[in-house]
Amino acid sequence: MAKVLMKGNEAIAEAAIQAGCKAYFCYPITPQSEVAEYLAKRMPEVDGVFVQGESEVAVGNMIFGAASTGKKVFTTSSSPGISLMQESISYIAGAQLPAVFVNIMRGGPGLGGILPAQSDYFQSVKGGGHGDYRLLVLAPSTIQEAVDLMMLAFRLADKYRNPVMLIGDGMIGQMMEAVEFPDNYEEPETSSGDWATTGASGREPRIIKSLFLDPKELEDNSWELHDKYEMMKKDECRNEAYNVSAKNKILITSYGTMARICQTAIDELKDEGISVGLFRPVTLFPFPEKALQKEINKKNIKAVLTVEMSTGQMYEDIELANKGSKPHEFFGRTGGIVPAPEEVKEKVKEMIKKYSVSSGKNKKNNRGK
Amino acid sequence: MAMNTETIFSRPKSMTEKVTHYCPGCTHGIIHRLVAEALDELELREKAVGVAPVGCSVLIYNYINCDFLEAPHGRAPALATGFKRLRPDMTVFTYQGDGDLASIGTSEIIHTANRGEKVTIIFVNNAIYGMTGGQMAPTTLPGQITTTSPAGRDASKTGQPLKISEMLATLATPSFIQRTSVHDPQHIIQTKKAIKEAFTYQKEGRCFSLVEVLSTCPTNWGLTPSESNKWLKENLMNFFPLKVFKRPNDGEDSK
Repeated sequence: MAKVLMKGNEAIAEAAIQAGCKAYFCYPITPQSEVAEYLAKRMPEVDGVFVQGESEVAVGNMIFGAASTGKKVFTTSSSPGISLMQESISYIAGAQLPAVFVNIMRGGPGLGGILPAQSDYFQSVKGGGHGDYRLLVLAPSTIQEAVDLMMLAFRLADKYRNPVMLIGDGMIGQMMEAVEFPDNYEEPETSSGDWATTGASGREPRIIKSLFLDPKELEDNSWELHDKYEMMKKDECRNEAYNVSAKNKILITSYGTMARICQTAIDELKDEGISVGLFRPVTLFPFPEKALQKEINKKNIKAVLTVEMSTGQMYEDIELANKGSKPHEFFGRTGGIVPAPEEVKEKVKEMIKKYSVSSGKNKKNNRGK
Repeated sequence: MAMNTETIFSRPKSMTEKVTHYCPGCTHGIIHRLVAEALDELELREKAVGVAPVGCSVLIYNYINCDFLEAPHGRAPALATGFKRLRPDMTVFTYQGDGDLASIGTSEIIHTANRGEKVTIIFVNNAIYGMTGGQMAPTTLPGQITTTSPAGRDASKTGQPLKISEMLATLATPSFIQRTSVHDPQHIIQTKKAIKEAFTYQKEGRCFSLVEVLSTCPTNWGLTPSESNKWLKENLMNFFPLKVFKRPNDGEDSK
């Protein structure tokens, strides 16, 4: 298919259609309402289902009911709306159903603002709802990658019978870029024949539930979930590295749009004769810990810099991988303020100065101005 | 002898043989059976999916012999909406108590009814939270003693009982809404008819349907089963009159 210029939100919507998703439930919230506007027109063209619900609480539960049919379903929202969906996400994870959620993040906490942020990392990765469960979390840094990861999200949701969360900051939703959809995309067969509640005809009734009053059964279910998450850790870690070189002293870690801004900073630093590398997790859960450790442990790397559009959330997972082995600093802006490449460059130069001479102390500082 | 025996009463196919966990005198068992009979008679069991609530009837999926989903508290109509939109060929019903439907789930029930989702809601109203131990519900009568209204419900502070069927009947969207009771055989038969009518509308793809069934809770009312039936008749039925509030042919069918 030829490249088309599309807004991120619309590209995400079209990617779901291309992935064979025929059901979308939504509640309007900035900055992702274009997904709903696009699908209100597009879903009827493919005989799909489009429902605008009365709240994100209801929408999450419509997804729960719809996923029980065994068909591909998804919803999109933004930070405060995703908070309201946490009830259903916990139930869907507990009941082991596939579903795709998209969070086009805005600044928080509370009503926050409507501008881009990455402050829902903890909510997505560490479990926003109650109980022992995890989401598969995908973080695109370009509109093309948002398309590719959306299509992957449906496959992974079905493969693991687990909710998948795709998180993009507001820029991923609002920015326009040229994207390409795959030709002749083949929908993999779903596993739903084994579990969907399609009517107890010629078989025993199926019960889709997360209630296990017998503690042993509940424990078994929790360990079963745990085993799935371990499988994800083994098989689904995805990451990208940029400008890896033996000349690098500083390793930047960043994800989503922020990683692209870091790439610009890296390119500009190169022009000044300074070489810096970037490690970008694409899956935030499972977290590509081993690949990251490999980069951190390289002898030439003197220190690690994590850059986020938050006050420091992924920083903690980077540090869990780093285990204090190299000094690790943080730079972030939030509330809808997006760090400029200049700010990243300034921070990198400061760190090069600090860590080139001798090894410094492991110290987290630094908010933006 | 054997040649002359004839089965005149048996367990509906849509009921399992499991012994229910309900308290002695509780009317959930009767209402479950009426739902099962309706599914049998309309031949819906093999294409039905029920949505269980949170509350005493959370384990309904152990007793009614069809596919089931277990919803979060109050959200059964949202699950039913999601399911029915993707499988309009299947019969989708929820079974919810008054805590589930009339308190935490008010938003979901109103909007599901207003969108005219072609699902069936069995709303069991016994004016109290049973599962959690007899707390005040939105449907608790003024003066009724519960664990959270130990001096009797004070309507000046907690409002008047919420009349869900009356409220939903004000919506312009066509629907079937009836309130019945199961405190004596005559009313049990009437309830069966209402439930069957509700499922029939769904089978015909016509409209949203809700049957509110006045029910007892001897344990948390602190009454014997027969006293409970009497209390229902003399108190609950006064506040919640039995009535067909709405039929789809009252207006135009929703499309």
